[in-house]
Amino acid sequence: MIKKYLGSRWSPFVATFSVILFFYLKDALATTSVVATSITFGLPLAMAAMVGIMCERTGIVNIGIEGTLLVSSFIGFFVASVSGNLLVGLFAAVCMGAVSGLLLALLSVTWKMDQIIAGTIINILATGLTSFFYKQGHTLPSTFPEIDIPGLSAIPFFGPVLFMHGPLTFLGFFLILVLWVALYFTPWGLRSRSVGEHPGSADTAGVSVVRMRYLNVTIAGAFGGLTGAYLTLELVGSWDRGFSAGRGFTALALMIFGRWNPLGALAAALFFGVAQAITNQLMITEVVTIPLQFTNMLPYVLTILILAISAGKVRAPAAEGQPYEKESA
Amino acid sequence: MVRDESKELRVKYVRSWLLPVIALAIAFAIGALMMKLQGANPLKAYESLFSSAFGSSAGISKTLGKATPLIISGLAVTICLRAGLFNIGVQGQLLAGALASAWAGYAIHGLPLFIHLPIALFFGTFFGALTGIIAGALKAYRGVHEVITTIMLNSLVLQLGEYLAYGPFKEPGQQLARTPEVLSSAKIPDLFGMPVGFFIAITLAVIAWWIFKKTTSGFRLETVGRNKNAAWYAGISVKRSILISMFVGGGLAGLGGAIETLGVVGRYEPAFNAGLGFDGITIALLGRANPLAVIPGAILFGGMRGAGGSMQFAAGVSPDIIDLILALVLFFVTAPLIGKWIKTVRGNEAITTGGWGN
Repeated sequence: MIKKYLGSRWSPFVATFSVILFFYLKDALATTSVVATSITFGLPLAMAAMVGIMCERTGIVNIGIEGTLLVSSFIGFFVASVSGNLLVGLFAAVCMGAVSGLLLALLSVTWKMDQIIAGTIINILATGLTSFFYKQGHTLPSTFPEIDIPGLSAIPFFGPVLFMHGPLTFLGFFLILVLWVALYFTPWGLRSRSVGEHPGSADTAGVSVVRMRYLNVTIAGAFGGLTGAYLTLELVGSWDRGFSAGRGFTALALMIFGRWNPLGALAAALFFGVAQAITNQLMITEVVTIPLQFTNMLPYVLTILILAISAGKVRAPAAEGQPYEKESA
Repeated sequence: MVRDESKELRVKYVRSWLLPVIALAIAFAIGALMMKLQGANPLKAYESLFSSAFGSSAGISKTLGKATPLIISGLAVTICLRAGLFNIGVQGQLLAGALASAWAGYAIHGLPLFIHLPIALFFGTFFGALTGIIAGALKAYRGVHEVITTIMLNSLVLQLGEYLAYGPFKEPGQQLARTPEVLSSAKIPDLFGMPVGFFIAITLAVIAWWIFKKTTSGFRLETVGRNKNAAWYAGISVKRSILISMFVGGGLAGLGGAIETLGVVGRYEPAFNAGLGFDGITIALLGRANPLAVIPGAILFGGMRGAGGSMQFAAGVSPDIIDLILALVLFFVTAPLIGKWIKTVRGNEAITTGGWGN
């Protein structure tokens, strides 16, 4: 009975919602700020998880998200810093992300490499390139400014949580919704999913497996570039070695927890964000004193727990990880 | 027929070392290009790199010392690769070993060298193995892909190490976050000016090679690595193989961390040991999952890592170029770019990818 309740995938959300409600009744202001912060923690993870979803739905395992985030945030930061224009930096980051996606497609689709090793190569290359070209002393002219949507941002609680963010936050949420619609309600989505589930049938039905995989992995890379740009140009405003801080890997876990569904992964990421924001708040208000290192561990522990709970119950796209060999007969 | 076979074998042999050599050459060439772009003299940089790594007996001793943990971490990756697991967690397992051995080295008092040192080494090995088997158990019983769990464990161990080095394990009266120095009874002594750890590492590589070449246990692991279903059908326990290989791989990595701590660093400091495990991945793939091939790769990497600073001095090149070159080596050795060109036999490659659920 207890096990059944705990195993329900809604239980974390119900629990989170109750906790938020409880604290809102106690202290409205602090709770609002915590939940608003949780969006800034959760959104980059959700966006990175979309990269994984787009790739894996077409049958490509992308373990190189971390590398994509690292290298695109790097390029975004330095281009924006040198040109003095955030939009130029954003554009450069998206292009860099697309290039990293294209590289993954080349390695795993054309060269039929082991996809996990292909992703690892992207990660190690990204680390090597960024640490070699990194130079200290660069700063951004500014970060993307916060936009308060008139009217809506005045609503208590929901205003600050949902309608007072930077432009890339809104864009990120919007694109996640677009991806969800596209994946389940458009011909492109149907083709993508069929390529990921049964490439042979998709091929027979006239869908080019190779083209579909190239297209999706490259778009996913560009989206990863956007995520990188969001991290450096809107959220943090600086860049340092190892900037992506494991978000790309956490995103993979969230993707699995969200069952390869954009909305599921978004929910999982927001849950993650709330957990982190609450911990931060507890630290700031010194309700509890936990060593900093333990709060830093929280995302990783949560990731492992989430996977241990959900792994047996979810089903990955069937053709994932396998290069497609056209039958010659 | 016999002649054909020997010819085929010879071709296979030549190809198996030709690929890494070409990959290295291309990576160094691109590295030179990068230096040129920065206005430095690549020849001078490489010359100082190699002369300080291999040009003197002190340099060679340092290189072999640096190569020691790399051989062992390369082996840790290799063994798991053979069993079909991609152990990215060597870094964390190594840190766990370094941390545990450092504690055993300074906190246990009053023992002679021949008891204290083995105990400290055992602590390192055991905690490395423990870190490894967490990922192994999650894979075997819950079906969680080892790549994710080991990456998460890497970060966990790193944070734990920082916590301990700043907190309970901190050297009294010291500003830096580090443990006290290990007692002399737990330090690995040098033998004829050569690091003893290096010989342990070589021995381990030979043992690993022998196990995969000659024993049924090695054969079992390898069968699971090549085809899980076939292995299961033949009555080999896949779960057991996963647990064993992650335990042994983690233990090796932990031992590598312990040898580095007790033989070189002398204590646990969070910033030390960084990247040893990741180099192990590159070395294992460079050696195409052959335990003996890990040795030359590790010596090369150890030399470059140890002497990277000399390039800064001689040619004004940032030692970070080493990271870039090593990444390029990995790229060229694993991408079938050159492989296709020289038609490498793809016999020795481990297949690691599966869905997240199996």
